Amino acid sequence: MIDHIPAGMALKVLKILGIDEAVSSTVTVAMHVPSKAMSWKDIVKVEDRELSPREVDKIALIAPKASVNVIRNYNVAEKHVVRLPDRAVGILRCGNPNCITNLREPVETDFFVKPGEPPRAACRYCDRVVEDIPAAIV
Amino acid sequence: MASWKGRDILSIRDLSRGDIELVLKAARRMAPIAEGEKSSKSLEGKILATLFFEPSTRTRLSFESAMIRLGGGVLGFSNVEGTSVQKGETLADTVRMVEGYADVIVLRHPHEGAARLAAEFTERPVINAGDGAGQHPTQTLQDLYTIWDERGKIEGLNIALVGDLKYGRTVHSIATALAGFGASLTLVSPPGLEMPWEIVEEVKATGTPVSTTHRLEDVVPTADVLYVTRIQKERFPDPQEYQKVAGSYRVDLPLLREAKKDMIVLHPLPRVTEIDPAVDRTPHAKYFRQAFNAVPVRMALLEMVLGVG
Repeated sequence: MIDHIPAGMALKVLKILGIDEAVSSTVTVAMHVPSKAMSWKDIVKVEDRELSPREVDKIALIAPKASVNVIRNYNVAEKHVVRLPDRAVGILRCGNPNCITNLREPVETDFFVKPGEPPRAACRYCDRVVEDIPAAIV
Repeated sequence: MASWKGRDILSIRDLSRGDIELVLKAARRMAPIAEGEKSSKSLEGKILATLFFEPSTRTRLSFESAMIRLGGGVLGFSNVEGTSVQKGETLADTVRMVEGYADVIVLRHPHEGAARLAAEFTERPVINAGDGAGQHPTQTLQDLYTIWDERGKIEGLNIALVGDLKYGRTVHSIATALAGFGASLTLVSPPGLEMPWEIVEEVKATGTPVSTTHRLEDVVPTADVLYVTRIQKERFPDPQEYQKVAGSYRVDLPLLREAKKDMIVLHPLPRVTEIDPAVDRTPHAKYFRQAFNAVPVRMALLEMVLGVG
């Protein structure tokens, strides 16, 4: 279960997890839920699913305060708060059409990430700062 | 300070003040060789590859001159016509191929970040000779060298950057570099072509005094250096508006009457109308010297990254 997602970002989280009509487990989405810490939040619950480190990094970029709870036998077995990565490798697309990473070159995109609300990401190749991180996630 | 042998020169931001000072001092030692007064064979047996994915005659020739003056050899191409690039070869593959033929690679490319990518695919040092609208660190070093060589210092000088400060790559780089040297900056541009705020903020964060104005005549009496850049016609939808703006940013003899005696005028060239040719004959005009300085600065860098000297 991914909790403390900023309100309105739940569908982005589903996209990051690759959840579409072919999903074979139960998925529960709660949107615009009252929250003490955030006023409003979204929650996503996916059964029988573990997150890869790359998925956790992507979620951290759009929901830096999100927590990932592993629920077993109706109890929270593990609880992790996502950590904003210093570098985002291969998870964002550079918005600069003239950036070398948008050409057919054998490299992954690479961004320096700085914390903030929202976080800032700057391309290591062309220095361009990402205006809209959720839209830039690949 | 990072070791110089094998070092890539990709962005002026990668160089500390100490690094830059080392380059400037080395460049001064190179000047008599660049002038042809002395000769050197320090890079004999070494080969420079100039990979110019877009034409830039001045940059390419100054690198080639620098290498030849030091006894080295040069190979490369000046545009992609007839090369494997036209057949769809990636930059990564081109660089891996060239590293077998040369000891140092100079790269000019139309896409931002190309030099950094190239450097990741070769053990040879890569020098960025301009990547799209991105970095051109050797141009900035040449500009800093000219100021330092002509004025004996950079710290404490009042440097006015004039012209298109919004789109001009050279002014962005030199503003960042000057901030590390304790110079004061005055930014002079037409409305709408001001320096991007993030660069102004970055410069101010170093404690550098920065002032801005739209009026060139206001800054001439107090400036130590006028760094003039071209205002491009295509930035203006209305040709009449362009004519008006271009006219008010023209450096000519009447304007220079108010200038300090030792004030110098620089320009990355080519110029169009922004400096009256009559200024060329005054002691203020240092832009042709600045163009020449490309050679000693690039000689110094070639020796340093090849671990010679």
